[in-house]
Amino acid sequence: MSADPSRADAPPDSHRRLTMLAVGDRARVALVLEDDPISRRLIEVGFVPGAAIEVIASMWPAADPLAIRVGGSTFALRRHEAERIVIA
Amino acid sequence: MSAETAELRVALVGLPNCGKTALFNRLTGSRQKVANYPGVTVERKEGIFAAASGRRYRLLDLPGTYSLKPTTLDEAITRDVALGRVAHEPRPETIVLVADATHLPLSLRLALEVRRLGLPMVMVLNMSDVARRRGFAIDREALSRELGAPVLETVATRSGGADALIAELERLAVPAQPLASPAGWQEPTASEVTATHAEAARMLELAGYREPLRSRAVAMADRILMNPFAGMLILATLLFFVFQAVFSWAAWPMDLIDAGVTALAELVRGALPDGPLRSLLADGVIAGVGSVIVFLPQIVILFAFILALEDSGYLPRAAYLLDRVMGSVGLSGRAFIPLLSSFACAIPGIMATRTIPNLRDRIVTILVAPLMTCSARLPVYALLIAAFIPQRDFGVFNLQGLVLFVLYFAGVASALLVAWVAKLIAGGQSNHLLMLELPDYQWPNLRNLALGLWEKTRVFLARAGGIILALMVLLWFLSTYPAPPVGATGPAIEYSFAGQLGKALAIVLAPIGFNWQIAIALIPGLAAREVAVGALGTVYALSGDEEAVSTALSSVIASEWGLATGLALLAWYVFAPQCLATLAVVRRETNGWRYPLLMLVYLFALAYLAAFVTYRVTLAVAA
Repeated sequence: MSADPSRADAPPDSHRRLTMLAVGDRARVALVLEDDPISRRLIEVGFVPGAAIEVIASMWPAADPLAIRVGGSTFALRRHEAERIVIA
Repeated sequence: MSAETAELRVALVGLPNCGKTALFNRLTGSRQKVANYPGVTVERKEGIFAAASGRRYRLLDLPGTYSLKPTTLDEAITRDVALGRVAHEPRPETIVLVADATHLPLSLRLALEVRRLGLPMVMVLNMSDVARRRGFAIDREALSRELGAPVLETVATRSGGADALIAELERLAVPAQPLASPAGWQEPTASEVTATHAEAARMLELAGYREPLRSRAVAMADRILMNPFAGMLILATLLFFVFQAVFSWAAWPMDLIDAGVTALAELVRGALPDGPLRSLLADGVIAGVGSVIVFLPQIVILFAFILALEDSGYLPRAAYLLDRVMGSVGLSGRAFIPLLSSFACAIPGIMATRTIPNLRDRIVTILVAPLMTCSARLPVYALLIAAFIPQRDFGVFNLQGLVLFVLYFAGVASALLVAWVAKLIAGGQSNHLLMLELPDYQWPNLRNLALGLWEKTRVFLARAGGIILALMVLLWFLSTYPAPPVGATGPAIEYSFAGQLGKALAIVLAPIGFNWQIAIALIPGLAAREVAVGALGTVYALSGDEEAVSTALSSVIASEWGLATGLALLAWYVFAPQCLATLAVVRRETNGWRYPLLMLVYLFALAYLAAFVTYRVTLAVAA
């Protein structure tokens, strides 16, 4: 498992993303794609490899935004932000 | 200040929502000074307190941040102050890292970054009472050993809850000169951030910390409050309730103030001989300022709700609920909090847009912020509603409250429309950042609420006593001189400077149903909206007949104006950019005249259009 968030080894779409989870699902973070301020902030607030996450809520109609529990805190993420998070 | 040798400069650093401000309030009480950092409009909060030993502390409340690599202006200030890079801002001599004891990992990670700054650091575990109640046991000794800094417990919401921190600060010596920032300091890289996460996790494991489980109560509350349907319904009901409360609860204190002002004016009128001084005091100062002060209860109630909602942790959830709606017109859910603050006043609202990382999002939010009905518009609405809308109840609803709700709603709807148009003009761009922390719910702290309310009240009264008073006196002068020629038949004010100016303007404003008295009131109302009410009070008080002076302003205008004019003025005030201070803040925030001018033009155009349509439609329907 690569902990290095870089574009070069971005896995194909077949990899599991956080956005595929339903409300109530739990998973672990594999890595955060891209290297820009959004990804930086995701890493800073605790989306690091191995971190346990849970989908708390999602907004109707397009499941955007989402509320994600990570490391004892809850964050509201827009779908395109959550899209960067690959789960193990 | 610096001549006093024994003064220690302490900066509070912590995550957003960590209880930093509550701790700041606990330590400094009301001895706070709120200003801006030079050159930027990031709020600078400083307070002073003295320990029992007599040593004084200068405490700086730095903006909350997750890391020392900033993504917003506010966070950049925290980094720059801590590094001593801000002009005229000496580097702090000690950093107090405030952590929420129930959410340690991110705070501890930040502490590891802050540690590299080379300043003495004290870490405080705030809300330690809550943590203990929830069964957290943390080995502070172990944590302190690992971190290489003292780790203390505080309860900012309890009297004496910061005593341990004060005792620790007393042990620190004041350095002879400011500590130089470490050479070659660099922003942490992504892999360093990941490494500090791991390091924090290791330390917390040693200290026996276990990640908190989400309590069933919070989970239950979130299931309802963040439900797309129930949550939206609750939010709408809540906002509706707030606006109802603003009107119904404030009624009796307002009557009381009104009676006091009238009595005072009568007292002055009786005590002084007839002449310019009596007129200035009774008609200019007391009638003018009094008609603005009377709205203090409503402003206090509105702010009490906003502050309590903010304290309770509900506001970010409201932002979550509205993100989709706001996103569809090109705004970020993050714009919700600045826009909500704008209901109290657009100035703090516009300043709060600094937490929006995307520049285009931020500009649009700034441009629409004045469409949120600020508390300065409340006096105008309240006056017009009292004059033109009958007091009638429909079940639990009150017609006047309903109209107020409609006016607020019109502001919000037009803001969404304007944002949508801006999105069309600027072209599609979808990368908006939300990433908002949803803190645990908590009961609003009464002491913080009281301090916050006191601050708002002070600012409002200072405005009433300063700019509004000055404008009232100026307006009284313009409305009194020159005196009417001998043998004049109309009221004296018609012949004054203000009367002439108003009549000239009235030509332009006639198509939207405004008479010259309204035109006069709109001029000083440019300085601040609520001044228009005082100005109308002055204009009608000076219009002469004793009867008009002794009856309330609302009944005077109800008899003088038609319904169409009253409603047109209400519509005008939904849009009119009549607040020079707002435009000045926009200029400062956007670094130029482009956006304030754009704002001025588009808001006046909308105001004229809305008033015109309202006036014509009301006339047609009433006929």
